[in-house]
Amino acid sequence: MILDATDRRILKATASGLPLTPHPFEEVGRWLFLPENEVIARMQVMQDEGVIRRVAVAPNHYALGLAANGMSVWDLDDAQAEVLGAQVGALPFVSHCYLRPRALPDWPYNLFAMLHGQSRDEVEAKRAEVAALLGPACRASDILYSTRILKKSGMRLSGEG
Amino acid sequence: MRTTLSAEALDATDRLLINRLQDGLPLVHAPFAPIAHEAGIPEADVVSRIARLREIGAITRFGPFLDAEAMGGAFCLCAMAVPPERFEEVMTLVNAHPEVAHNYERQHRLNMWFVLACERPDQIAEAAARIEGETGLKVLRFPKRHEFFIGFRVEA
Repeated sequence: MILDATDRRILKATASGLPLTPHPFEEVGRWLFLPENEVIARMQVMQDEGVIRRVAVAPNHYALGLAANGMSVWDLDDAQAEVLGAQVGALPFVSHCYLRPRALPDWPYNLFAMLHGQSRDEVEAKRAEVAALLGPACRASDILYSTRILKKSGMRLSGEG
Repeated sequence: MRTTLSAEALDATDRLLINRLQDGLPLVHAPFAPIAHEAGIPEADVVSRIARLREIGAITRFGPFLDAEAMGGAFCLCAMAVPPERFEEVMTLVNAHPEVAHNYERQHRLNMWFVLACERPDQIAEAAARIEGETGLKVLRFPKRHEFFIGFRVEA
């Protein structure tokens, strides 16, 4: 979808969050000198086109008790990677799951699956479940625990309106 | 940021709001009306509770989640092996780039993992090159080849 200048103004105005009022789109309209129904209509088109995935809260995993957050990574046989990746992505405790290119020799892993739990023991148990599912198609694996959120701002639009 | 909130910090209504609001808000004049009805509180209270949840760090943001690819752009996961004694300096340099949408410290030789979100695919390589130039460190790029659909939600 090609965004026009007004779409971009709406996205830029809401990039750090929606105004917290009972009628947030009316308030965005006030900021931008647009009628509320135009703000809503444009945001709906952007959501239908996938530019806006959803308007929602981002929970803080740590604050909500998911203290252990690990990026599990797997070196999967390429021929089976699509099928197995879909199975891993369908596990109820996997929050994100992607196939990515390797970066040899630094990085042999092609499947990334984020695992969350209240403790590392809980995450390790989930990791073992993934390993059992993958079986011999997985040649090596690792897990990278996050120790600090350094930045979490979401996507920002650059340039003018 | 890493501290877990005490059990008393959130009541059942807060937990309901966190759980429901992860799924997305309707784009209408009174978007909080359905959840206010479900929670049995006025819409103004939903709004003030969201503000408080953000203040105490239970949620990190509330607003539109954008997909760079759907607007013709790109996302790219990147990683760097930052010498521990340079970590804070490099973090400051990396975070200063508006293209860096989020950034995590992880336990590994590759200890800094960030996502670049750009409006045009060629800007990914440009941003990575600028970061390499500023830090003198290699930026490994891991663009996604396939994203498996997930419906995961954090249960508050």
